[in-house]
Amino acid sequence: MINHNVDITVIGAGPAGLAAAVSAYERGAKNILIIDRNSWIGGILPQCIHDGFGVEETGHSMTGPEYADIYIDMVKKKNINILKETMVLRFDKDKKITAVNKDGLHNIKTKSIILAMGCREKTRWSVLIPGDRPSGIYTAGVAQTLINLYNIMPGRNVVILGSGDVGLIMARRLKFEGANVLGVIEILSFASGLPRNVVQCLDDYDIPLFLNHTVTYIKGKERLESVTIAQIDKKMNIISGTEKEIKCDTLLLSLGLIPENELSKDVGIIIDKITGGPIVNQNLETSLPGVFACGNCLQVYDTVDILSLDAKYAGKNAANYKRKKVNHKLNVIPGKGIRYVIPQIITAPGKIRFTLRVEKPKLKTSIRFTVDSKEIYKKKLPFVNPANMIEIYVDISNDLIKISKKLEVALFD
Amino acid sequence: MKNFQVAIIGGGVIGSSIAWELSKYKIKVIVFEKGSDVASGASKANSGVIHSGINSPYSSLKAHFCVEGNKMFQTLSNMLGFSLKWVGKYVIAKNEEETKELERLKSVGKKNKVPNLEIIEGKEVKKKEPNVPCVAALYVPTAGIILPYEFTIALAENAAVNDVKFLLETEAVGLKKQKNSFFIKTNKGDFSTETVINASGVNCREIVNMLEKPDFHVFPCRGEYLVLDKNYYNLVHSMIYPVPPKELGVLGVHITPTIEGNILLGPSAEFIENINDRSTTRNMMETLLYEAKEILPSLPDKAVINAYSGIRCKLASPAEGGWADYRVEESKQTPGFINLLGIESPGITAAPAIAKEVTKIISKSVDLKTKTDFKIIKKKKRFSQMNSKERSDLIKKDKRWGRIICRCEHVTEAEVIDAFSNPLGAQTISAAKYRCRAGMGRCQGGFCTQHIVRILENEFKTDIKKMKLSSTNSHLFFSRTREKKND
Repeated sequence: MINHNVDITVIGAGPAGLAAAVSAYERGAKNILIIDRNSWIGGILPQCIHDGFGVEETGHSMTGPEYADIYIDMVKKKNINILKETMVLRFDKDKKITAVNKDGLHNIKTKSIILAMGCREKTRWSVLIPGDRPSGIYTAGVAQTLINLYNIMPGRNVVILGSGDVGLIMARRLKFEGANVLGVIEILSFASGLPRNVVQCLDDYDIPLFLNHTVTYIKGKERLESVTIAQIDKKMNIISGTEKEIKCDTLLLSLGLIPENELSKDVGIIIDKITGGPIVNQNLETSLPGVFACGNCLQVYDTVDILSLDAKYAGKNAANYKRKKVNHKLNVIPGKGIRYVIPQIITAPGKIRFTLRVEKPKLKTSIRFTVDSKEIYKKKLPFVNPANMIEIYVDISNDLIKISKKLEVALFD
Repeated sequence: MKNFQVAIIGGGVIGSSIAWELSKYKIKVIVFEKGSDVASGASKANSGVIHSGINSPYSSLKAHFCVEGNKMFQTLSNMLGFSLKWVGKYVIAKNEEETKELERLKSVGKKNKVPNLEIIEGKEVKKKEPNVPCVAALYVPTAGIILPYEFTIALAENAAVNDVKFLLETEAVGLKKQKNSFFIKTNKGDFSTETVINASGVNCREIVNMLEKPDFHVFPCRGEYLVLDKNYYNLVHSMIYPVPPKELGVLGVHITPTIEGNILLGPSAEFIENINDRSTTRNMMETLLYEAKEILPSLPDKAVINAYSGIRCKLASPAEGGWADYRVEESKQTPGFINLLGIESPGITAAPAIAKEVTKIISKSVDLKTKTDFKIIKKKKRFSQMNSKERSDLIKKDKRWGRIICRCEHVTEAEVIDAFSNPLGAQTISAAKYRCRAGMGRCQGGFCTQHIVRILENEFKTDIKKMKLSSTNSHLFFSRTREKKND
């Protein structure tokens, strides 16, 4: 057993983990340990070789590896300790962490933990597509790893199911490498990726986007031979007679991302059923005191810029962490038209940062915060889209927390 | 031409059981398997149940081999190290009418010498299985579960280390009787053998047809399954079966816990035309969920994480009721040609007993001398099952035990390398998955695919264009994104 005694342990050296560690260091925590299971640091960024990273944060557009380098440099300059190729196996309620790498088993005692495990992709089975089980079906992220990091071409004639951002980016990437991208199939009536990606990755390359469509059958005894797509109605039922078989050798799945929280669940941290991430308070602290969550394991972010901003906040709070007794608790509830709101719990007053998503795209609407049917905040928005996370700062007074139990956030026309 | 004494066609659970049984003797045995690994067909895609013997009619071969096989499993599991749990089974009655059927099953079971059968009231069932409402149930303590692929692989690998030759991706395409031997033509060359064992499962008629006119037909009957997320492992603790439907000669959609904690729903029973059509269908997925909810009303809607199907080899058509007995026999017309026909459920359970019977048949014409150097390789404990000391000790010996490459199942690099070093030479992604569980978890290969590709390339020098998912032509990749230029 290799023993460590640290102030803060960060699980995951992706953009969230690095930003949180840097921020915690700047707030005075010097004894920090970052753990990552990959042989590199930067998480998913090194394979994101397209540009568009850091625009909001730095004012200029970078590729993923360039953006990652900024934080990698900071971590290195501060001599923050990193264990690479190291897997956290579990941690317990007293925050004792067990991890493993080629040197052996590690026991880590830590005052606080920052969860930054990222997310994973949904698979074929999360939507249960019937048919055969051939080779040639990849999640978009795996295809990106293979092409960009391993110099391997997974297919030639490609259909993409799901219009998430990774799928859109991969449509363009495959086109660059000479593949035929036959179309992107989206079950909803709107693309689930960012509007700018629809324009820059599909429209600019004449790749068709089939809205209100899904893949109904997968055919191929050994390698994929074709997929059948069909139109669906408003109730998500397949409209018979609209089936169309598309010959292809590869199906990429971009069905959405799931926050990775096996470690959190194992220790009993309460998970929000909608976000898939831990339920957190205004400090991004989970239901287990001293354990903070940030990055895509908290919620799936649109851009790394906003993700880093929140991660820095989690890092700062972890550095300042002292266990306090909670006297009053205000629950934040998503109301009409709202999918989720973070934080889900408010225990202390202040100017609180809320991040939230709507259920459907909509023009000209307002977001309203109400406590016991009394409006405390309202903001008009020209349009809302589930693909664009909404960020709002609202002052929450001590009185409000003391008197009320429920803060509702809803759309209001 | 290479000469053998026994050639087994088919590396499923039956072929592998026979291969292992014969590997105890000083004879030259070869197994031809057309898939890229053993257990490529129905032996992989079933419920993984060790049946007790209550479901087959008295004095049938199915009942005989099932009851005999059942008794052998604990010893086999201790010896070979595959997992086995005697979780027991409840056949549940929803009304008084069905309760009568429980009595019938119990009496058949008794005649078949199935021990300790008991009919219990619904409220007693509820104490053990709170999610299963019923009027009464037949409790069968001698029913168990295994991982059917793990069992078949253990048998085949043990046979291989005892010098049985396995040829994967090898299909018998021609078979001729010569004077005192058989001539077998395959896509990997020609062979001669004294005895041929037809263990080709659903393809058994085609093999017979190469030598003689078959006196039977095969009616392929597809069974689809749904797999639930491990989070729902607690829904049931034992197997829960309905009273068997009257038609089709099947057991009905049932709920089966697995060794790994995923619960199975299924199988369906659908007679199909194409014996190779192992697809899953939207209709059947919905039917399975509906029927499973009849048994388990609290079954959540979004619990399914995977679906698969297998093909039963039935010798009776639906019009004939779908039930026919096994045929385990040497051909009268062609001595030396041993056929295993219609081996469907309870085939896994029956396999070890059938292998003993086949050995007996062979011993009549071949002198079977016991090997003195017979070896047993027991399945190793997985990293995820070890305690801290075992883990630390192994990492000290070989650093690769400290590198986890499958995040969901906590599989190490050492285990993946060991899986690909299997004595059968199975090299597909599935071969590794079924041996060490890399890629079997929630992310379904999202994290480990790159590591497995890296290991195959670096450790085994496999060309990326030759990497396969699960079968001969299931290639994964087309080329490099950019080929290196030689300047």
